[in-house]
Amino acid sequence: MSAANNSNTSNSAAAMLRANLAKDLRLEWRSKDALNAMGFFALLVVVIFALSFDPTAEESRRIAGGIFWVAFLFAAVVALNQTWAREMRNQVLDAYRVSPASASALFFGKVLGNFLFVGAIEAVVAPLFMVFYNLRPLGPAWQLIVVFLLGTWALVANGTFFAALSLRTRNREVMLPLLLFPISVPALLSMVEATTTILAGDGSAGMWIKMLAGYDVIFTVAGLLLFELVMNAE
Amino acid sequence: MRRDQTILAVITLGLLAYGFYQAIYVAPTEQTMGDIQRIFYYHVPSAWTAGVMFFVNFAASLVYLVRLSPGISKISAMIGNVVAAICVIATLLWRDPLYTWTVKFWLVFSIAVLYYLFWRLGKHTSQGRADAWAVSAAEVGVVFCTIVLITGPLWAKPVWGIWWTWDVRLTTTLVCWMIYVSYLMMRKFSNSSQTATLAAALAVFGFLDVPIVYMSIRWWRTQHPSPVFASQGGSIDPAMSHAVMMNWLAFLCLAGLLAWMRYTLDRRRQHLDYLHTMEALSVSDSARRPTELKGIR
Amino acid sequence: MPTSSTKQTEANPQTEEQRISLDRVSKVFGRVAAVRETTLEFIHSRIYVLLGDNGAGKSTLLRLLAGLAQPTSGSITLHGYTRERMGYMAHASLLYDDLTGMENLRYFAQLYGVAATTDVESRCAGVMSSVALDPALAIPVRDYSQGMRQRLSLARAMVHSPEVMLLDEPFSNVDAASASQMTGLLSKLRHAGCLIVLVTHQLNIVKDIGDEFITFRAGQLISSRRRGQLRPTDIIQ
Repeated sequence: MSAANNSNTSNSAAAMLRANLAKDLRLEWRSKDALNAMGFFALLVVVIFALSFDPTAEESRRIAGGIFWVAFLFAAVVALNQTWAREMRNQVLDAYRVSPASASALFFGKVLGNFLFVGAIEAVVAPLFMVFYNLRPLGPAWQLIVVFLLGTWALVANGTFFAALSLRTRNREVMLPLLLFPISVPALLSMVEATTTILAGDGSAGMWIKMLAGYDVIFTVAGLLLFELVMNAE
Repeated sequence: MRRDQTILAVITLGLLAYGFYQAIYVAPTEQTMGDIQRIFYYHVPSAWTAGVMFFVNFAASLVYLVRLSPGISKISAMIGNVVAAICVIATLLWRDPLYTWTVKFWLVFSIAVLYYLFWRLGKHTSQGRADAWAVSAAEVGVVFCTIVLITGPLWAKPVWGIWWTWDVRLTTTLVCWMIYVSYLMMRKFSNSSQTATLAAALAVFGFLDVPIVYMSIRWWRTQHPSPVFASQGGSIDPAMSHAVMMNWLAFLCLAGLLAWMRYTLDRRRQHLDYLHTMEALSVSDSARRPTELKGIR
Repeated sequence: MPTSSTKQTEANPQTEEQRISLDRVSKVFGRVAAVRETTLEFIHSRIYVLLGDNGAGKSTLLRLLAGLAQPTSGSITLHGYTRERMGYMAHASLLYDDLTGMENLRYFAQLYGVAATTDVESRCAGVMSSVALDPALAIPVRDYSQGMRQRLSLARAMVHSPEVMLLDEPFSNVDAASASQMTGLLSKLRHAGCLIVLVTHQLNIVKDIGDEFITFRAGQLISSRRRGQLRPTDIIQ
C-alpha cells in the first residue's frame, strides 16, 4: 500500500509542479509584467554603468563581470517582487493554501519560472552587453553558459524564498533586497569571479563554478524544506 | 534586575576588571606594533563572543523549528550529533598559528557546552523561550560584531596604514553583521502573527551562509594578493594568550548577561501579549454570554 | 446519506455522523477577539447561514474552518471530513485575473488532483455550466462582470466536488437571477449531502434555503435559530 501511495504522491508532485510552472508561464506571457520591467531595468543599469566607466578601456574587461551581475541582481529583484505580487492579488495564495497541493511544488514551480524569465532576459541583454563593452571571452566560452545557468539559479532560488518571506512584512518591496543581498554575497562573488576569469582568460574558473553549484544545492534544499513554514505563516 | 542576574553582573564586572588589568598592565608590549596591539585583547574576544551569540541564535531557531513538528526531532538529533562531532574534529585539526592548544581547548569546551545546552535544555524549551533566546542572542551578537568592526580599523590604521582591507576575516565579519542586521530588520518590519517562525527560517539560511561566505572570500583573496596582512607567526607570549582568554571569558559573561536580560524582557513582552489575548477574550458583558446556545446543532 | 456510509471510518456510533465541531474556539488578532469562545456543531446535509454586521467575526470563523488560520484557543474537530474535501470561497475572488475561467478552473482542479480520478476538461466544463457560465468563453477573468466573477469563484470552490462548502458573501454584487440560480445549486448540493456554511448580509436570498441561522456580534455567538423561527431582532443591519 505504501509503495502505491509513494508512486502516486511522486506522480502528483510532478503534476503539481507542472501545473504551477505552466500557470506562471502563461500568466507572465499574458501580462509580461516581470519580463518588461526586468529587461528594461537591466538594460538601463548596463548603459548607466557604461556611461560611468569608460567601456572601451582595457580595464573594463576586468570589471565587466561585476557590472553584468550587479545589473542582474537588481533586475532579478524587480522580477521577484512581481511573482509573489500576482499571488497576493485576489488572495489567490489562500486558494493554494486550502488545497492539498504541496508548498514545495509551488516554490519549485516559481523558482523554475523565475529562472526561465531571468534567463531569457540575460540571453537578450548579454550579447548587447558584449557589444557595448567590446568584450570577447579569452577563456573557454562554454563555461560562461554554465556560470550563467548556475548563477541565475542561485539568484532566483534564494530570491523566490526571500520574496515569499518579505510578503509578511511591511514595505515588502524594500525588504527583499535587504534580505537577499547579504545572503547572496558568496554566490555573487562566485559569479563575478568566474565570469571575469573566463572573460580575461587567466586561469581556471572551475573552483568558482563548483562553489556556485554547492551554493545552489544547499540553498535550494533549504528553501524546499522551509518554504512550507513561510507559506503557511499567517 | 533579578537576583541571579545581579550575581552574574558582579562576576562579570570582576572579570572585566581583571581582564583589563591583564590586557593593559600584565601582558608584555608587542615588539613591532607597540601598545596599539593591546586593542586585540578586546577585538578578538568580541569576535569570538559574537560568533558564539550567532551560534546561540541558530541553535535557538533550530529548537524553535524542531518543536513546530515533533516528527523531525529524531532526525535532527542525529544530524546534531554529527555536526557537533565534525565541529570538534575540525577544531582540533585546524592549523593556524592563532589557534594554540589553549584556544582549541576553549573552543571544544564551548562546543560541548553549547551542545549540552542545545540538546538537554532544548528538550525542555518551549517555542516562546526558544524564540526569546534567538532574538536576544542575535541582538547581542550584532552589538559585539559592531565592536569588532569598529576596533578592527582602529588597530589597522596605525599598523597597516589603512582603515580597511578586503581580507577574509574582515569581509566575513562584515557580511555576517549584514546578515544578522537584516535578520533583526525582518523581525522589526514583520506584520505576521508568526514572526518567530519566519525569523527562525531566516536564521537557518543566515547561519548556513556564514561558512560559505568564509570559503568564498578566502578563495577570492588567494587569487588576488592580499595587501598587507601579515600572519601572526612565531610564538605568542603566554601572558598575551592569558589576557585574551580572560577577556573572552569576561565578554562571554557580559554577552550572556545582556542576552539574559534581553531574554527576560522578551519573555515579559510575550506574557503581555498573552495578557492582551486573555483580556480580549474576557467577556465584559456576562449577560450576553450565550449559555442557552451550548451544544447548538 | 449514501456517500457518508462509504467514507465513514469511525466505529463509534456516537460519532457516526459527518460533522465539524467547534469547542470554545477563539481567535485573537492583537488585542481584538475576532471570534470568541464559540462552541458550535456543523452537520452534513445542512446549510448554515452566518449573520452579523461587519467585523462580527464571520469571515474569521470561515478561515478557521478552512484551516487558513489556527484558533488562538479551543479546537476544531473534523468528524468524517478532511480539509481536502472542503471548498472555500473567500470575499476576494481567489482567481487569476489574467487567465480565462476555464484556465483558472483547470489549474485548481489539478491542485486537487482531479486529473488522477476524472477527466479534468469535462469536470471543469460541467462545473462551469452548473453556475451558468459558458466554458467556451475565452476572455480573461478581469473582463468578467462582478456577477460572473462571483459565480466563477463559486465554481472554483466546488471544482473538486467537495463535501463541505465554506462561502464568504457569495451573493455580493450578484443580480437577482444569478443569485436565485446559485441558491438553487446550493440547495441541490445540500440534498446530495453537502455541508454548507455561508456568510451573507442578504438574508432575503437565503431565508428559504438555509437550515440554521447563526448570528454573531463582536466575535460572539448571539443566537441560533432554525428556519421559520427567525426573528426580526436576529438580523442586524
